[in-house]
Amino acid sequence: MSWSIWGGYSPIDATLVLIGAWLLLGVAGLFAPRNTRFVAHVIFPLGALVGLAMLVNAVVGITAPVETREMLLGLPDLPFHARQDALACVFLALLGGGSFGISLFAAGYFRDGPGAAPGLLGFQYHVFLASMAAVLLADDAYAFMVAWESMALASYFLVVTQHKVPAIQRAGFLYLLIAHIGALAILLSFGILQGGSWHFTFDAMRSASHPAPWASAAFFLALAGFGAKAGLLPLHVWLPEAHPAAPSPVSALLSGVMLKMAVYGTLRVALDLIGEPLWWWGLVTLGLGLGTALFGVVFAAVQTDMKRLLAYSSIENLGIAFSGAGLTLMFRGFGLDTLAAIALLATLYHCLNHACFKSLLFLATGSVLHATGERNLGKLGGLIHHMPWVAGLALIGTLALAGLPPLNGFVSEWLLLQVFLFTASVPQPFIDMFVPLGAALLALITALSAYVMVKFYGVIFLGRPREPALDKARDPGGLERLGLAWFALACVLLGVLPVVVLRFLEIVSAQLLGATLGDRLDSWWLLSPISAERAAYGPIVFLLGLVAVVVVAALVVRRYYHAGVRRGPAWDCGFGRLDSRMQDTAEGFGQPIRRIFAPFFVITRIVPSPSDTSPVYAVQIDDPFWGWLYRPIDRTVQGLAALVSRLQRGRISTYLLYSFLTLIGLLVLVL
Amino acid sequence: MLSTALTSQLVNLCAAVLLLLAFAMLAQRRTVALVDLFTAQGVALAISTLVVALNTGHGHMYYSAALTFALKVCALPWILRRLIRRLDVQWEAESRLDITATMIIGLLVVIFAFGLAEPISALATTITRATLGIALAIVLLSFLMMITRRKAISQVIGFLAMENGLFFAASSATYGMPMLIEFGIALDVLVAVFVLGVFFFQIREQFDSLDLHNLESLRDK
Amino acid sequence: MIVAATNQLLELALALLAAPLLLGWVNKCRAWLQNRSAPSIWLPYRNLHKLFHKDAVLADNASLLFRAAPYVVFGSMVVAAAIIPSVGTALPSAYVADAIALVGLFATARVFMSLAAMDIGTAFGTLGARREMMIGFLAEPALLMVIFTASLIASSTSLVAISTAFVTRELAIYPSLAFAAIAFMLVLLAENARIPVDNPATHLELTMIHEAMLLEYSARHLALMEWAAALKLFNYAAIGIALFVPWGIARGDAGYVELLAGAPILALKLLSFGAGLALIETLSAKLRIFRAPEFLATAFLFAVLGMLVHLLLGS
Repeated sequence: MSWSIWGGYSPIDATLVLIGAWLLLGVAGLFAPRNTRFVAHVIFPLGALVGLAMLVNAVVGITAPVETREMLLGLPDLPFHARQDALACVFLALLGGGSFGISLFAAGYFRDGPGAAPGLLGFQYHVFLASMAAVLLADDAYAFMVAWESMALASYFLVVTQHKVPAIQRAGFLYLLIAHIGALAILLSFGILQGGSWHFTFDAMRSASHPAPWASAAFFLALAGFGAKAGLLPLHVWLPEAHPAAPSPVSALLSGVMLKMAVYGTLRVALDLIGEPLWWWGLVTLGLGLGTALFGVVFAAVQTDMKRLLAYSSIENLGIAFSGAGLTLMFRGFGLDTLAAIALLATLYHCLNHACFKSLLFLATGSVLHATGERNLGKLGGLIHHMPWVAGLALIGTLALAGLPPLNGFVSEWLLLQVFLFTASVPQPFIDMFVPLGAALLALITALSAYVMVKFYGVIFLGRPREPALDKARDPGGLERLGLAWFALACVLLGVLPVVVLRFLEIVSAQLLGATLGDRLDSWWLLSPISAERAAYGPIVFLLGLVAVVVVAALVVRRYYHAGVRRGPAWDCGFGRLDSRMQDTAEGFGQPIRRIFAPFFVITRIVPSPSDTSPVYAVQIDDPFWGWLYRPIDRTVQGLAALVSRLQRGRISTYLLYSFLTLIGLLVLVL
Repeated sequence: MLSTALTSQLVNLCAAVLLLLAFAMLAQRRTVALVDLFTAQGVALAISTLVVALNTGHGHMYYSAALTFALKVCALPWILRRLIRRLDVQWEAESRLDITATMIIGLLVVIFAFGLAEPISALATTITRATLGIALAIVLLSFLMMITRRKAISQVIGFLAMENGLFFAASSATYGMPMLIEFGIALDVLVAVFVLGVFFFQIREQFDSLDLHNLESLRDK
Repeated sequence: MIVAATNQLLELALALLAAPLLLGWVNKCRAWLQNRSAPSIWLPYRNLHKLFHKDAVLADNASLLFRAAPYVVFGSMVVAAAIIPSVGTALPSAYVADAIALVGLFATARVFMSLAAMDIGTAFGTLGARREMMIGFLAEPALLMVIFTASLIASSTSLVAISTAFVTRELAIYPSLAFAAIAFMLVLLAENARIPVDNPATHLELTMIHEAMLLEYSARHLALMEWAAALKLFNYAAIGIALFVPWGIARGDAGYVELLAGAPILALKLLSFGAGLALIETLSAKLRIFRAPEFLATAFLFAVLGMLVHLLLGS
């Protein structure tokens, strides 16, 4: 412990203490499970404070040397190992910051109502947080899997909070199923990585030698396992079901924080445990990531449920993060370490960004849901007049998610595009041509996400209220606003001060890749990852310039031109009365996408015949992967099960006969 | 005598224009516009041949350029236009053609061709070797166009554009073929167009349309 | 340093003042080509003047966003004008925002305009917003690809560096730029609500995009929106000039003389650009709205093709 500020302080110990604090808080809630006031006003705010401490500790911890601990917990002779390096710290910071805002919001959000008792909910919630932190600290396969599975279980119980609703039961089951398939793949990957030494600590895996075929197998198993958690194609189907089913703070936590654990896991396995990735792993990851991102954003554009829309948008963003990871691996495989470092920074930055704006938007939908009781975009609208706080803060998240400068979404997009511009220098024919196309795809995806966000914001907050009941909607209380404001602030800060953040992230690339950006991060306000001549972006000047022009324009107009404003009814084309049903619906807004990307969708339309007296119009859009992949698998499994079930006769003597035959068979085999 | 650097730039430019025109053909619905594009391709081809001729000073390349101009800018477009007028299909357009999808496939084809040509052109020694990839791409794109079209005339134009690609490969990458072969091919193309023209009339006589899916009814039942 | 500041201010002033004039010029050319009696070239100014002096009428349910949007849109266009080299390349502001940020700025303006159009909740507003975003999500990547092709050649994403590289290097023909130029022209037409995609001169309900979004604006808000639209056209023209015909733009180390010489050269280029635009608009027919994605997909693919050609030919 050579490094310390206050004598005995060491970041890893502090993290362990904070994990313990979360667990204690969770258990404390169990003592008064039905006391909503106690849970909401004591447990959750304290949990938020622990989150804030986690954030501060992780930021301090990034600059600290890597530390390891062997814990007393675990099985006899199989203790848990913990290790905190810069990569873990970045994700711990994300977890801490994210949980701070979400817990604050949750303190105001959870009320009495049907479903699980608040104390129980608080327990699950804090166990979920603690297990995510444990995933990040784990330094052996055993601890990792225990933490990973507790995370999956805790989040499963959170998703099925409203467990009486059949649709939510189904969503929960699907989530649990895919989470387990993923966990199985990760376990197998660790099994390969131990490389015959039968030591399952990560240290043993780092030092083991991995022949290429085995390393590839391990990587792709890990990719499948972590991809299932991140919603990579084709294992994404649980995401749009589980996110809307959960209460909004939980959705925010799932989407904003938990999905990033998958990115962490992938980076950990590929760059740390295996160490020397092959370039084509990167190519596969990149293709998978971009495909997922395009799929996600196209589906987000046609959703009519606001939380499903955000869930698909999460699939998109994780796709982008994975394509960044793919680029990192590819450059690393080609030995272009500086470029790999920039790609890695872009990936991490995108993870941080997504945690901020997606949590913000999920929390905002929570506020809308509480105020109106509606999730269906077709029944919302005009909320900017009744919920100015939520509308204003959500606007920041919307613009950030749309990738607009000078907010944070643009920074990671900018970095990734810069990296893509370098793929022409890759020393491999075909690849040097194919990969720049990724830049085109990324640009398309970002532009589409702007489309999605205009739809999201416009239909919920702008226009006329589509239901009379919406007039009664009101802004939420102070704690919830504080939670929203925290994320909005983070969106702005990450947007205008990228270099400050990148200086911390750079330590990760120094530890994992041995490459840094060096003096290219010297100027605190100007981002130029390669060189100032090549590309530079100074968001804070940019923001100030934009604000200055807007203010000057407003002042000049006010000063020199008379500024009278009259109010009147909107122009109705001489038709008479305008009403809210004349606006575009969510379906209508998604129509161009439905048309242009028709091959992506399975569309069922209900169109009445001309003589129908009570006509019903409907259009339903389904995920083609159900038809391509899941239903066939389902049928096969059902068929096999039916075959097996023939053995089941229900008569005891038959079962005894089976046992007898088995015994005979075994005896023959053994003797 | 042109300088080598300028030649290579000019030929590259012609190559890019040819590729551009091939793509434009892929995206074009109207038959008449296809003929215009084909004519433009002929012009670009003649210019690139001329440039190579000026640089290398090979006498037969001059003839080749002249032949290209006469055949592909004057004769063939004239015949095609006449055919279209006589058949009265000026205003017909391809129906049911998903242009975006076709073009995306076209893009992949181009990448394939470029990637394939990269190692080959590294072996070649001529000044304009990089154009081999483009020539290959033009051939494949024209092929793609023939596959996606249903009107007989569009298919013939696709066939002719394919020949353009081959000719361009020959002229830019290997400084042309022997004169005899070139004449032979030119004659073949001309005859092919005549024969196909006759076919068009026959097809229309039979089906009242030049839509090739009518031919499907001719198979054995 | 002082030269640079002069250059910056000169460009801003020029963009602000010349943008309506460019619009007037295009309209005049169009009228000439279509055998109509041409409106005065100063008409856009008079329009702006008139609008600024009117009383603004807002719809009853217009929110703050609706009132703020014109300023944001106008501001984005002004900032965009500040980072595109048109007269000289000694632009201090171009060092903090490269071409990708420029594309982002255009996107910001587009998003705000669409949101404002959805704010009132009329059928036209949302229709315009939806169509604008549809055009936008195809045009934006195409524009980025055009810029990438150029930046692969100049190995920089800064517009200033790109045009400097093209001017200072010995004259070479870049076939990839031919593709990029065509794609750029298509994007320009679509993004500026020009004829094959949208018609700036019509209020025919079923075909309009840009005008549908502005339907609820009046007086100074409308003036700012119209000015922003003129600035957008000017900016696109300036991008085109900086990428494809940068000769005549004063270099970074130039003095006042070159800078002043740059202005008439720019004027000449803009005049011919305006005439060309009018010609294209006169010669083409408006597309059905569902052909517009095809049109833009063509632009996108051409831009990508340009990049591929660059990678193959290395030039």
